Amino acid sequence: MTDRSTPLGRFWSEFRENRIALVALWVVVVISALAVLAPLYAPQDPYDIGKLVLTDARRPPGHVGVGGYTYWLGTDAQGRDLLSAILYGLRISVQIGIAAGAIAFAVGGTMGAVAAFLGGRTEILIMRFVDMQLSFPAILLALVLSAVLGQGKWQLIAALVAAQYAYFARTAHGAASAERAKEYIEAALSTPLSSRAVVFRHLLPNCMPPLIVVATVQVANSIALEATLSFLGLGLPVTEPSLGMLIANGFQYMLSGRYWISIYPGVALIVLILAINLVGDQIRDQLNPRLKR
Amino acid sequence: MLGFLIQRILQAVVVMLAISALVFVGVFAVGNPIDVLISPDVTQQIRLDTIARYGFDQPLWKQYLAFLDRLVRADFGRSFVFNMPVLDLILSRLPATLELTLAAVLGATLLGVPLGMYAGYKPDSLVSKAIMGLSILGFSVPTFWIGLILILVFAVNLGWLPAGGRGATVPILGVEWSFLTAEGLKHLLLPALTLSLFRLALMIRLARAGMREAILSDYVKFARAQGLSEGKVIGGHVLKNISIPIVTVFGLEFGATLAFAVVTETIFSWPGLGKLIIDSIQSLDRPVMVAYLMLVAFLFIMINFLVDIAYAALDPRLRTGRA
Repeated sequence: MTDRSTPLGRFWSEFRENRIALVALWVVVVISALAVLAPLYAPQDPYDIGKLVLTDARRPPGHVGVGGYTYWLGTDAQGRDLLSAILYGLRISVQIGIAAGAIAFAVGGTMGAVAAFLGGRTEILIMRFVDMQLSFPAILLALVLSAVLGQGKWQLIAALVAAQYAYFARTAHGAASAERAKEYIEAALSTPLSSRAVVFRHLLPNCMPPLIVVATVQVANSIALEATLSFLGLGLPVTEPSLGMLIANGFQYMLSGRYWISIYPGVALIVLILAINLVGDQIRDQLNPRLKR
Repeated sequence: MLGFLIQRILQAVVVMLAISALVFVGVFAVGNPIDVLISPDVTQQIRLDTIARYGFDQPLWKQYLAFLDRLVRADFGRSFVFNMPVLDLILSRLPATLELTLAAVLGATLLGVPLGMYAGYKPDSLVSKAIMGLSILGFSVPTFWIGLILILVFAVNLGWLPAGGRGATVPILGVEWSFLTAEGLKHLLLPALTLSLFRLALMIRLARAGMREAILSDYVKFARAQGLSEGKVIGGHVLKNISIPIVTVFGLEFGATLAFAVVTETIFSWPGLGKLIIDSIQSLDRPVMVAYLMLVAFLFIMINFLVDIAYAALDPRLRTGRA
């Protein structure tokens, strides 16, 4: 039962009509929950080096290990249970994707809205800078930054934010420029409200729909970018294997037919990214007034 | 038009300067090259001499000015690792990357445009839905994963194609090319396919959107009313009209693909620029990193500059007023 009388209710009931998007949304929710709760139920703690059994290294899926339990998805080169490693890896991916997406959202959204609000030289300066950055591929920027900043979770997030905030700034600027000209902003400005209050309470909230679409795409992109950087050996430290690193570590064994070390983490990664993109596609179609029936 | 040109050239120079400062400071922050250059058991004197020879004892701003000076003279120094001039090193790796990038972008365009046009022409057919599914997959699956799967299927399981390297090359005008030999082509196929899948998805979307818009337009109606066959309407009129955005994206994507080649080259051990930069980052080979970054920055600024000029030439409104 959904309430069709509120805007959110109407949005939801329209969203539900697309079966694929609905399934994708469920997949995103389930994977996120599994990832966040991983330490509570995962069969092994993949970060605890003391618990790893080296004689169980590179075993195929279904192998029963020395400890007596079954490695359903096999083990990697260090004897890690791949199922546990994937769950912990997903946890890192989701954390980094959401953290990078949220910070880029806040920084980029504010920059774009402030530029549109102030206008004049400030606007030209900010937007020229953003445009300049948008003309460079995000992957290259993230690559160089993570090389410069070194390894670690926060360094990686900083590199991802720097590579992606510009998309939010561009979108927020476009939306805010259109909103800026409307009467309610003028009305708000004629009251004794500070400019900061006008920007954050009135201007920015009205720019949300396109920003939300960008956010879903960028969370998926952050996750893919993080995996790519880790695959190249520039992301997280080896002690906390993310999905990209698990795939990279398995790569050398793949040529000799031990496919599972790379394949299963990759499948988990792609299912997550694909599901987020499908949800994002549906939200975009619903918010696009030109496609309205 | 002249004023516009001068303004844009000045802008490009300012951007290039800003990037050179960023690259210099950024690369300066990565590790200590002295540890790479000198073995730890040399005498203190040799150590100090080497530091002085590379100018590492100077203050940062002096090093930057010296760096700019060398940059203007296109002197990028010698690679710490390969012990050869960086420019020669980069020029020797460039053809491999260009070949790979060109193969990927051309392949994506030649395949993606017809597929996208079909999907736009018959949006409800099953084939079109399959094409659009392929394009969503192309957007979602990270490049390195596509490469891994292709290696697993075609190199490990089927054994049809090699998993890495460039194969035999044929020199033309002193430059080695892979695509002229059967073996080289075999080596090129998997990396090019890996690199092109994202571009393919993009081209499909562009061509589909263009087709859907064009099919409702007046010129298509008139062309049909004239009694032209559907083939002529689509191949002649629609294709011409949707080719403008496609050519633009082709140009812009060429640069982006060059950057993305980093990942593909690492997976397939393709001896191009991308593999060089990853190796240099890992071995702290500063001169190579700096030269690569400046080269890519220059390339992107040039591409954007040319796109701006082309737009200004096509659209008089951009030349006057606010630029």
